[in-house]
Amino acid sequence: MIISILKDAIASKYESFVMQDSKVSIDTNVIIKLSKFPEFMQLIRDDKDFKFDILLDHTAVDYIDENVFHLVYHLYSSSYNHQVIVLVEVPRDKPVVSTLCNIWRIAEWQEREVFDLFGILYNNHPDLRRIFLEDDWVGFPLRKNYKDNFMLEK
Amino acid sequence: MENLNSLSTNNQAVILTNLEKILNWARANSLWPLTFGTSCCAIEMMMATGSAHYDLSRFGAEVVRVSPRQADVLIVAGTIVKRMAKPLKMLFNQMMDPKYVIATGSCTISGGPFIYNSYTTIRGVDKLIPVDVYVPGCPPRPEALFWGILVLQKMILQNSLFKNKKKRYRPVLAALPEGICIEEIHSEMKNILKSKKYL
Amino acid sequence: MTIHLKTLNEILHNLDEKKHWGTKEYFINMGPQHPSTHGVLRFVLKLEGEIIKEIIPILGYIHRGIEKIGESVSYRNFVHLTDRCDYFSSIINNWAVSRTIEQALNMETNDRIETIRTIFAEIQRIQSHTMWWGVFGMDLGAFTPFFYGFRDREFLTSIVEETCGSRLTMNYIQPGGVLYDIKSNFIKRIKQYIQYLRPRIEEYEKLISDNVIVQKRTENIGILPSEKALSFGSTGPVLRASGIPLDLRKNDSYGVYDKVKFSVVIGTKGDSWDRYWIRIEEMRQSLNIIEQLVDNIPAGKHMVTKYTTKIKLPVGYHHSSIETARGILGIFVASDGMENPYRIHMRSPNYNNLWSITDMAVGLKISDLVTIVSTLDLIIPDVDR
Repeated sequence: MIISILKDAIASKYESFVMQDSKVSIDTNVIIKLSKFPEFMQLIRDDKDFKFDILLDHTAVDYIDENVFHLVYHLYSSSYNHQVIVLVEVPRDKPVVSTLCNIWRIAEWQEREVFDLFGILYNNHPDLRRIFLEDDWVGFPLRKNYKDNFMLEK
Repeated sequence: MENLNSLSTNNQAVILTNLEKILNWARANSLWPLTFGTSCCAIEMMMATGSAHYDLSRFGAEVVRVSPRQADVLIVAGTIVKRMAKPLKMLFNQMMDPKYVIATGSCTISGGPFIYNSYTTIRGVDKLIPVDVYVPGCPPRPEALFWGILVLQKMILQNSLFKNKKKRYRPVLAALPEGICIEEIHSEMKNILKSKKYL
Repeated sequence: MTIHLKTLNEILHNLDEKKHWGTKEYFINMGPQHPSTHGVLRFVLKLEGEIIKEIIPILGYIHRGIEKIGESVSYRNFVHLTDRCDYFSSIINNWAVSRTIEQALNMETNDRIETIRTIFAEIQRIQSHTMWWGVFGMDLGAFTPFFYGFRDREFLTSIVEETCGSRLTMNYIQPGGVLYDIKSNFIKRIKQYIQYLRPRIEEYEKLISDNVIVQKRTENIGILPSEKALSFGSTGPVLRASGIPLDLRKNDSYGVYDKVKFSVVIGTKGDSWDRYWIRIEEMRQSLNIIEQLVDNIPAGKHMVTKYTTKIKLPVGYHHSSIETARGILGIFVASDGMENPYRIHMRSPNYNNLWSITDMAVGLKISDLVTIVSTLDLIIPDVDR
């Protein structure tokens, strides 16, 4: 499939950006170091070989045992017709990452959704507040240690 | 209502009745619903009220109003979540007496497929407003909604306006027509599942 | 006593114009219960007179937490939940989850299954577009298209109900096949329907598309240029109206789409008129697809695996996408090898199409806002999941 060829191509071209040792034992994905992350996203959008101009999706996965969040970015290129998933690993007790609003405009609202449900903070975001839940809701529902008396557990 | 031919002169008919029955009859046959659809059941409600195959205007309930001040019956269709509870209560309070509520779909009866592990769904709209008729289904067919409206019309005709004004009749589950009881349906379902014709 | 009569001109001449005749800015709420917001969507508008200065959508009035529920149900039960999100075309949503699971497990399905799935997906697309057309007419003020759109959808609903058993939430495409085999009446009824709908679309074009009022109300309203459309993450007819030929049925073929001939409809300017006639043209293309497929359904089983086997995906990330009537629906699964997914996420097309309105509607009037929201074709339970 197209994706695995892309992963190797990206990993070989941007070798200094890729993180080699991840705490979660999931293989075959492009995991970027947190410190070089915004630079990498700008490069990969303007790169002539890849040209990722649509940010299809942004979400997060909570690994409570390994104490990290994985932030997932799904990129698609409309000119070359290929896609890739880029990951960033963020520590669970300090979940801060920089925003991508200047690169893709839809990131503003996708990041608001992830903040609302997971509690991940974004640097330089113009308007970071809750979107689905009320403004005075306590807690972040999609985390694994979320407790709520209202919920009926099966 | 009695039709007394003996009182008629020159072949004119006279009907004797009392005021309650006339008012109840007028009220039951001209219910004006309020558009309140949040999710999938709203489509079946629109099919019932607005479309050409299933015609609600023969029961008098065709005129669907948007403003709660002009509406009689609130047909709640769709899941109610915590954030929507306050506008729903406001709409119900703005409607004028006498008003009725029909709860369509399983999301409004008990929470539907979103009962377990959902942090926002309210499990049943009767925790917020008093309901008169429950129409089950996911989503209920338009004919099921018609049955619910006919049951509501019967309830209105039996209601008394001047004595016992505050008395509310027990809410009704509008699923079975008269003469059929639940045990018959259970036995029919058992036979179907045993024969294994489906799946 | 003298009577001093002032003429109107003198009075107007003396007044200070800006103080008395100007307009102020104010906020108005287009609330969750509204006849033309297509569901429970709330807008807070900052208006000056009737011109919109800023628009703020407020969501969350139907947020049921489907992704949290998905962590405690099995994969087969999650298919049942997805068709309550975009309920105008629910069979296509089921296909997204099934495609993800089949790709992750390397499950091969046979030709009969894929042909039946393609036919039903195109039927749902026609249903969704006729319904959209009816509601579009109603939003502009014409009530007749509402009846026509619902009537055409109703014919298809009864055909689909004969096979699937339900009118709105079908739960039909499962991982491993389809739930029931098609009935014997199906092919004949579908052919009759194609003969019925083709001349009707010409009639509808004369009714609405040739109407001067509709043309004036939709031309050059809500222009979305192509770079902005890409940056806002729009997909589906909204993106194709801006000139970008992105259609997953051609770019990343699934089902039997690579064996039928159809064309991808592209617009030029990106205004509301383009978004309108693209959908009418897509209805014609869907009819062509069904006509090519319905006579040659190959024989075979309708389900490859047993319905009661448990599904467990291998450890890792799995994802795939499908082109629905409104855009790209993607499913992303993070699995740890158990029966329930560890994390499952739906990339909803309507959530990403909505936010371009904060850029498109500034400087226009409220009635133009209604037109734009109507041509964006939003389903609010899909925005809020």
